[in-house]
Amino acid sequence: MTTRIVELRRGILKKNDELAAVLRQRFTSAGVLVLNLVSSPGTGKTAFLELTLRALRARGAHAAALVGDLETDNDARRLAASGAPVRQINTHGICHLDAEMVTKHLEGWEEVSLAGLNYLFIENVGNLVCPSSYDLGERIRVALLSVTEGEDKPLKYPGLFNSSDAAVITKIDLAVPCGFDRELALKNINEIRPGIRIFETSAKTGAGMDEWLAYLLEQERPS
Amino acid sequence: MHELSIAASIVEAVTESASAYPGARIKAVQLRVGALASVVEDSLQFCWELASEGSPLAGAKLVINMLPVIVHCDGCGADSEIEGVQSFRCPRCGELAADLRQGRELEIESIELEEPESGETQIGAPNSVEEHI
Repeated sequence: MTTRIVELRRGILKKNDELAAVLRQRFTSAGVLVLNLVSSPGTGKTAFLELTLRALRARGAHAAALVGDLETDNDARRLAASGAPVRQINTHGICHLDAEMVTKHLEGWEEVSLAGLNYLFIENVGNLVCPSSYDLGERIRVALLSVTEGEDKPLKYPGLFNSSDAAVITKIDLAVPCGFDRELALKNINEIRPGIRIFETSAKTGAGMDEWLAYLLEQERPS
Repeated sequence: MHELSIAASIVEAVTESASAYPGARIKAVQLRVGALASVVEDSLQFCWELASEGSPLAGAKLVINMLPVIVHCDGCGADSEIEGVQSFRCPRCGELAADLRQGRELEIESIELEEPESGETQIGAPNSVEEHI
């Protein structure tokens, strides 16, 4: 017997990366801005997205959402109340969305043609670890954290925060009762992902939403 | 948590690549995993046994080479390794450094195969001795 070393130099998630590259190409040629929203369970992704969808519709923009969830369609039903087309992706226990799930759920989505959309939001499964490895073809990855989760969240989950393009702090209406140290949170995010855009928002009061919407508009039509 | 999916992806990818070497036994798989890849080494080793069971990779050793993060500093121009993943600052000048040069890798670097010598009978190959017994 002889032993041979064969160099592969191949990405472990190559299949996902290839599918994501195809999706990215489709999104780019359709002219739709795709955002992947990632956070822990309970951060308020759905409430934030609901408000975003309503505000975009009010401004005449066409937005739709794909919503990942382990088992229920509760979030999709909540989001559909905004009037935007929403489709549920049930992962049945899988802790992240992958490019194949997104590809499959774009097929046969009759209400939606990518070319007719300005924005497509993909709400990932609530999890700060696994979604960071799976590219969904998005242009902007958004990491969300709420003031109730503690200022050190970015330090605990550097893989996600470092790979994100924007960070959203949610529930800032609760900052005072929670004793949230704003300066420390901003510093921690910036230590992990220097220069990242940070939005401080409340889905309850609408605080910070104007800045967030201005960012979406600016990203959709890069000058 | 997603280590099982990762282990399954490794089995799939290596099985595909190794099919070019019929008759060879896969002894080991070498990985390059960046410190920011969100992979827990022990958890991946545990899942490896489950994922490789019953596949051509059963019994193969998984060697995980963890890679530290390397950042490029726009201030001083140096590429440096940083300690841990808690602060992305250039260790030379202390400036924040957003330009990542290493740390997100999730790659199969190589596989180690044990092959029959040429001329030696391949176990399980169409002309193997067992077939004629």
